[in-house]
Amino acid sequence: MKKESKVGSLIRSPFFRALAALLFVILIGILFNADGAFFRWDTHRDMFRHISVFAILACGMTLVIITAGIDLSVGSVLGFSAVLFSLLSLQMALSPWLAIPACLAAGLLCGLTSGTLVARFRIQPFIATLAMMVFARGLAKWISGGKKISTAVLQPDGTYKYTEIPPIFDALNAKILGENVALVTLIFLVCVLVCWLILAKLRWGRYLYAVGGNEEAARLSGVPVAVTKLFAYGASGIFAAVAGIAQAAQELQGDPEAGATYELTAIAIVVIGGTSLMGGRGSIGLTLVGAMTIGYLEKILSINAVGEASRLMLTGAIIVGAVLLQMARK
Amino acid sequence: MRKDLLRMVDIGKAFSGVPVLENVHFDLQPGEVHVLAGENGAGKTTLIKILSGVHTDYRGEIFLDGRRVRFKSPQEARLMGISAIHQDLALIDSMRVLDNLFLGREKTRGSWWMDWRSEKARARHILEPLGISVDLEAPLAQYPLSVRQMIEIARAMASEARILIMDEPTSALSEAEVKHLFDLIGRLKERGCAIIYISHRLEEIFRIADRITVLRDGHLIGTARAQDLSPDELIRWMVGREIKQQFPERQAKPGPERLRVEGFSVPDPSGEKSYLVENISLCLRMGEILGLAGLRGSGKSELLNGIFGAFGRNVQGNILLDDRPFEVVSPRRSIEQGLVLQTNDRKTTGLIGGLSVAWNITLPSLETFSPRGWVEKREEWAAAQKQIQELGIKVASPEQQVETLSGGNQQKVVLAKWLQTGPKVLLLDEPTLGVDVGAKHEIYRLMNSLTQQGLAILLVTSELPELLAMSDRILVLHRGRIQAELHREEATQEKVIRAAMGERVNG
Repeated sequence: MKKESKVGSLIRSPFFRALAALLFVILIGILFNADGAFFRWDTHRDMFRHISVFAILACGMTLVIITAGIDLSVGSVLGFSAVLFSLLSLQMALSPWLAIPACLAAGLLCGLTSGTLVARFRIQPFIATLAMMVFARGLAKWISGGKKISTAVLQPDGTYKYTEIPPIFDALNAKILGENVALVTLIFLVCVLVCWLILAKLRWGRYLYAVGGNEEAARLSGVPVAVTKLFAYGASGIFAAVAGIAQAAQELQGDPEAGATYELTAIAIVVIGGTSLMGGRGSIGLTLVGAMTIGYLEKILSINAVGEASRLMLTGAIIVGAVLLQMARK
Repeated sequence: MRKDLLRMVDIGKAFSGVPVLENVHFDLQPGEVHVLAGENGAGKTTLIKILSGVHTDYRGEIFLDGRRVRFKSPQEARLMGISAIHQDLALIDSMRVLDNLFLGREKTRGSWWMDWRSEKARARHILEPLGISVDLEAPLAQYPLSVRQMIEIARAMASEARILIMDEPTSALSEAEVKHLFDLIGRLKERGCAIIYISHRLEEIFRIADRITVLRDGHLIGTARAQDLSPDELIRWMVGREIKQQFPERQAKPGPERLRVEGFSVPDPSGEKSYLVENISLCLRMGEILGLAGLRGSGKSELLNGIFGAFGRNVQGNILLDDRPFEVVSPRRSIEQGLVLQTNDRKTTGLIGGLSVAWNITLPSLETFSPRGWVEKREEWAAAQKQIQELGIKVASPEQQVETLSGGNQQKVVLAKWLQTGPKVLLLDEPTLGVDVGAKHEIYRLMNSLTQQGLAILLVTSELPELLAMSDRILVLHRGRIQAELHREEATQEKVIRAAMGERVNG
């Protein structure tokens, strides 16, 4: 039998590993601080603002990955939701109280469709959500006619009229607490809180772990496996829709191409945090730390004016490094 | 005296400073079956892992053919003729039998091109004398576990193994398959191959062993020729204390009828046979243990799974539980109605290894701890603690991951999670599989005290002594049908085996 001290087991815990990776990245930031830019608060604020949309996707992704699944459709669902939100509020001037629930419902529907394919028809999550990824991108292009949906509204006489930007866009794009925190970051933190409540407090959270840990044993223990999976993919769809609304507000338009490859960043955030792709292990706290790790990494490279080519290569290498650090516990 | 094939001298090993083996000696003669016995945690597995090159930092010395060796990897041990047959076979189901036989040691022409012809010739050369007849071109997956196991043994022979290590090879085999395996072992012995055999089944140990070595708490207790050791003595060596009887005395006072099954059939989902079990009728009283015997493939596990709803609604027949109709819908519905199944494989269908002991215990009854959707942690914790105490599960904390527990403790966690649901009927499928003597005894005592509280148990076990000692009545299945019903007083091993093989036995 292995015996360990309290400190030993703390050091071995996944959360500590994730923190170590984050601290390592922050240390790089302190060393390469771009003439003190790294020590200014607005650098950190902008990092959070930039990573928030990805991190909201990663919240839903965490729930799905804990069930031993994957959701490749989140980037496309984000795009679909961004276009739908812009159509409803810019072009049709619908109240946000209607537009936002409509977008969330659309995201939920996409998620439930993936979930049904996985849970009821037993299609592998990778394939089912790959199909949904392509389909939702098609939906986004269909309802937008393939064009970006902006404040320029086509009139019957063929001219464009610029509508006023609805207050909801400014509100979502605001910086609050004396310009110190972007609202979208706050939305992200609310998403983290919601996921934490689900995973740590709710029965459904427990079922997510059970299904991901051993699906057959869970079924034979009376866990409603299919409903649990629907829950995970449905939630992921809603989070993707939230991210889409935030994205539309930030860009002041609905781009049908928005969110392409975002699913990969979301997966990277979850994995860097230390949630296992095998399912059954992980937490939303890990995803929060993972999001900050990736966020700081990109921010540090950008304030040091590293060119895009080197930035991508470095990011790839550092993701591998962080994951290796995570695995070192074994 | 013949020269030792293998001699392990003064072997010691510690994990993070905690010794798990100390000054252990072990030797092996050509052509002998040497049983390594001891409770879980006695150090058997560690000793085997040192021998097969898995653990490389150990104290002591190993001599093979009188020459000192020190393996740096399992590959090196295999090259020197030491092969281990693990419980989870190291074969690839989707590949052909032939590919599996030479996996990792493919025969090639030059260094690139596969030489199928010489592989096939060599395969026949190995398989025929061992009495294994299989289609070399067929995918491995189409053969049952027992055959796959023999193929793994043949694979070891293909790499010229002289020492075979078998770790509980019969745990998933039926009586007939065990006989086949033992025949095979006999042939291996004739060729001078030596076998290290680990088993928890006493009866089997005395059937197969030439010599027996017992370990307890990492120490060598002794080595003896099998004929010089009585079963009682062996148990005393293993446990270190006198267990007067292997089985606690069973005093049953069956009450009114609890479960009635009428004309129950389970169609074969794969469509190979028409039915897995057919037209089964039985009744089970309060406080009764009804034993189900039968060979592998007789449908005994399938009967339990069918009643539990593991196959869904796709079953036929009527079931009454406490005189009320019992609906076979899903495991979830069965648990709600008070009927639960402990499956025969805790790893794949019983436990969620990565989760904690407490979470595993409360999983089937989680709804009672979360009436409003969120889990009442304090109540959940208290319930888990109570089960841990009552069943004597040895854990550092209820938060400990369940996969880090020993086999016996894991098995008790499975039992705890079902008892937590407050069942009326408990279906037990091999409840003591891979569990050491001490933990077995505790599980038997638990079964007795549960039935005294009115629980009814349907028990499937392939260990005949266990079946005879624990059952109040025995039903023997043969090819999915009931072949015989025996009462406790009249049941003997011989009668059960004869009925299981399809003979008519007078009850």
